[in-house]
Amino acid sequence: MALSQADVLAGIKEIVEEVAGIPAASIELGKNFTEDLEVDSLSMVEVVVACEERFGVKIPDEKVTELATVGDAVNFIVNAAA
Amino acid sequence: MSKTIASKVGSESQILSVGSYRPKRIVSNDEVAVRIDSSDEWIQQRTGIETRRFADASESVLDMAIWAAEDALRKARLSITDIDTIIVATITFPFQAPSAATAILQRLGHPKAAAFDINAACAGFSYGVSMAHDFIKAGTSKTVLVIGAEKISDFTDPDDRATAFIFADGAGAVVIGASAETGIGPVEWGSDADERDAIQMNPSWVEVRDVETQLTKAGSKWPNISQEGQKVFRWAVFSMSKAALKALESAGLTVNDIDAFIPHQANVRIIETMAKEMKMPDSVVIADDIRKNGNTSAASIPLAMDALLEKHPELHGKLALLIGYGAGLVYAGQVVKLPPKP
Repeated sequence: MALSQADVLAGIKEIVEEVAGIPAASIELGKNFTEDLEVDSLSMVEVVVACEERFGVKIPDEKVTELATVGDAVNFIVNAAA
Repeated sequence: MSKTIASKVGSESQILSVGSYRPKRIVSNDEVAVRIDSSDEWIQQRTGIETRRFADASESVLDMAIWAAEDALRKARLSITDIDTIIVATITFPFQAPSAATAILQRLGHPKAAAFDINAACAGFSYGVSMAHDFIKAGTSKTVLVIGAEKISDFTDPDDRATAFIFADGAGAVVIGASAETGIGPVEWGSDADERDAIQMNPSWVEVRDVETQLTKAGSKWPNISQEGQKVFRWAVFSMSKAALKALESAGLTVNDIDAFIPHQANVRIIETMAKEMKMPDSVVIADDIRKNGNTSAASIPLAMDALLEKHPELHGKLALLIGYGAGLVYAGQVVKLPPKP
């Protein structure tokens, strides 16, 4: 099933807010998970697993390190679901 | 005409007592952080660990195992001669053979019981409990001593930023004996052996023997523990919460029927996220011995059990869910009735 960028972004905002307690309003495509949002490596694992479940995609461990920004994650998920 | 083979009949089993030994020296995060360019805040945020204990030269892994066993025997009002089987879960006994179990028997003056060690890393204690129960149920054994003992500081590289702040030393033991009612539920156990690399001890002893390899291969100083933190975190939280729920199901119970949750003390973040995944109600007391005592591998569950009962004496005789998991990757979980008040 094709996912729109907007849907995925909205989903990630909810997940990051739930996992890391970061207000959804401050989560934007250009934000870096580690540096801007202060999502640490273990919270990132939770975000990834929640994204896999919500969007029905598989995000391999070696890809996780490449997902530096929210936009990287959105693009990866949109492409993986296409 | 051939004759038939006679067999024994056993009984249900239960944990009669739990004992522990904690090394004397308490080590702060600040002390550990110096060599790994870290900080107290960073360690607490990632693991929940505030302090841990490291054994010194006068506290060998055998000494600690023996002291924990003596504590458990005393609380059960039994002596070592009442024990017919001893199982030691450890990955840090520094001899290939003979076993730690036989060394413990010899030192305790009861050199005749069945004795062996098991290597199931941080899951070792839960493996041992399951085996003890099955031995008693089959009539093979009557009273079993299960010990988890680790001196991981001997096998940790203090300069390794992935492990130096996590692991710690200690020993815990339980005496398991016959009972009328089921005191130990069916085990839910297994492996994810494709992830053998996630937690390892390297190099092998053969490589250590080979001086040439030692000099050319970076890091091959002596067998020491390494871990892929994120991979282990993911497996522990998401696969182990499912395994723990299966252990409950096998016992005919749900999270609402248990009084305590005593998972392997790997990381507070793992414990908390597991509890959230399992929808553990607030009424369940969750062991968090790791905060003060670090991750003691096979010793962590009995140590956490003993600490929990000291803090919450009302939990004696109540139901607890145990789940051990670690290098292999291997796991084992079961529901147990906590031992009665000594």
